Amino acid sequence: MNSEKTILDVKNLQVKRGGVSVLDISHLEVPERKILCLIGPNGAGKSTLLLALSCLLKSFQGEIIFRGQMVGSNHTVFNYRRNLAMVFQEPLLFDTTVFENVASGLKIRGMGHDEIRLVVADYLERFGISHLVDRAARKLSGGEAQRTSLARAFAIRPEIIFLDEPFSSLDPPTRESLMEDLERILRETQTTAVMATHDQMEALRLSDQIAVMNQGKIVQIGSPAEVMNNPVDEFVASFVGMETVFTGPVTKMYDSTFVVSVSGRDVEAVGTVAVGETVVCFIRPENVTLSKGTSGEATSARNVFPGKIIKITPMGLFYKVHLDCGFPLASYVTHLSLENLSLREKGDIIASFKATAVHVIRKEK
Amino acid sequence: MDIIIDGIKQAFILLFTLDPEVLGITWLSLEVSGIATLISLLIGISVGTAVALIQFPGRRIVISLINTGMGLPPVVVGLFVTIFLWRNGPLGFLEILYTPEAIIIAQAIIATPIVMGISLAAIQHLPANLRLQIMALGATRLQMVWILVKEARLPLLAAIMAGFGGVISEVGASIMVGGNIKGYTRVLTTATVMETSKGNFDIAMALGIILLLLAFMVNAILTQIQQRDRPR
Repeated sequence: MNSEKTILDVKNLQVKRGGVSVLDISHLEVPERKILCLIGPNGAGKSTLLLALSCLLKSFQGEIIFRGQMVGSNHTVFNYRRNLAMVFQEPLLFDTTVFENVASGLKIRGMGHDEIRLVVADYLERFGISHLVDRAARKLSGGEAQRTSLARAFAIRPEIIFLDEPFSSLDPPTRESLMEDLERILRETQTTAVMATHDQMEALRLSDQIAVMNQGKIVQIGSPAEVMNNPVDEFVASFVGMETVFTGPVTKMYDSTFVVSVSGRDVEAVGTVAVGETVVCFIRPENVTLSKGTSGEATSARNVFPGKIIKITPMGLFYKVHLDCGFPLASYVTHLSLENLSLREKGDIIASFKATAVHVIRKEK
Repeated sequence: MDIIIDGIKQAFILLFTLDPEVLGITWLSLEVSGIATLISLLIGISVGTAVALIQFPGRRIVISLINTGMGLPPVVVGLFVTIFLWRNGPLGFLEILYTPEAIIIAQAIIATPIVMGISLAAIQHLPANLRLQIMALGATRLQMVWILVKEARLPLLAAIMAGFGGVISEVGASIMVGGNIKGYTRVLTTATVMETSKGNFDIAMALGIILLLLAFMVNAILTQIQQRDRPR
């Protein structure tokens, strides 16, 4: 684990358009070498925040402190910009070859020709697009173009990279493979990243920290598990609090199942991991069954936990029941089940779910 | 019908025998319109790019003025340049009325708004975030503008063609400020007008063909550059 150092510290950041506040961030710290995801609906201010953080907005108020130094006068803004990179939703490639595109940031910095060749080759390789080196940017597919755009951003070896919904215009398989590569490269190069997305699965997959934004404000910030399991308000709950997320070390490994220790409880799950790895998992509330006793259908499930009901939230056709089983868990029940099981807050209940209902989001060493 | 056939015959004789007077007129036309286009490029591309990139009060009015200027009638330009260069006009001390320099000035005034308007549209047409992307790559302002101009190179080459095409073919201003003086300010268009009015259709037609060929050649070369630059 890296020590938690703050690379970027933002205070009282305010952006107004036509007298209306579009961004109002009282405090935000970006930890070094971590991935921070900004999630929120369209118009929440994610893109504006990224532009402000990269000093690309014309007018904003507030302090941006990079590595302990305030980014202020023109000179330091320029120097600061040379430490960062930005990738937009659209690839915004230059009308030339892939090579020239990836080389552009280096040429701007006046790097020598031979060095440029080496660096470009390296990043084309990392993003799996070495074969496209002489291709015209205009003739690339959406995925190839976004890979080129990312390679161009990484080639300048930024200390911090801002990603504005980089996958949102890609089809699912392309998105999936690019996300895997991006995560690997971010970890390999130990680059700090701030990524905006409106897809909570993307955020869960990639982030060390999630900041939920709404109407220009950060409404909650924390680890994925914190935000998913303990949404601070209804907005966050409705936007992200769909799943139960937990983190724990893998303690045992069988043929196809393994055991994760979550707050001292053993949860069985399916997948290929190694003992000692820390995994982040989620369970969909619809896969969690509630019962009064351990008899009947519940026993066929691998995971059976007695718990207490913390809260029951009506969700239209069904109810969401928040439980404390030593770790937080949520379940969806119908009105009929609610009555049959006579569920009430603070009541005892047994929750069960199959090992296959536990989805591994991410593995950490 | 005979007039046309004889005209074409005579035209080719003049062309292939490299008639010194015709050559002189052709060369002067190229020189005057070439220099005028160069001046219009310098002013047009820089101002057009600046207006496209910088927000300032009254910007919309400036843009409509530039767009109006793209259709500036050459005779009106000729009239005003004549007034300014007239002996007791504001710039009369320069004593350049009825010289090739005067034609260059008039033609540059005609071509500049054309180049400016097309450059402005070309830069504005680039994706809005492209500027931010270039800044985020660490570019200085100058590097950013240069990259944007390179990105807009295809429409900018079209601006050169439109500017050159506009001035090589204009006659009103050239005749007013140049005076169509034989061997001095006589260019292809003014000569064509004069020979036609004298009934010398063969010479007029020869000059017309040269004018067409010239316009074609310059545009062919520029098109070649424009298309060659596109990687496959």
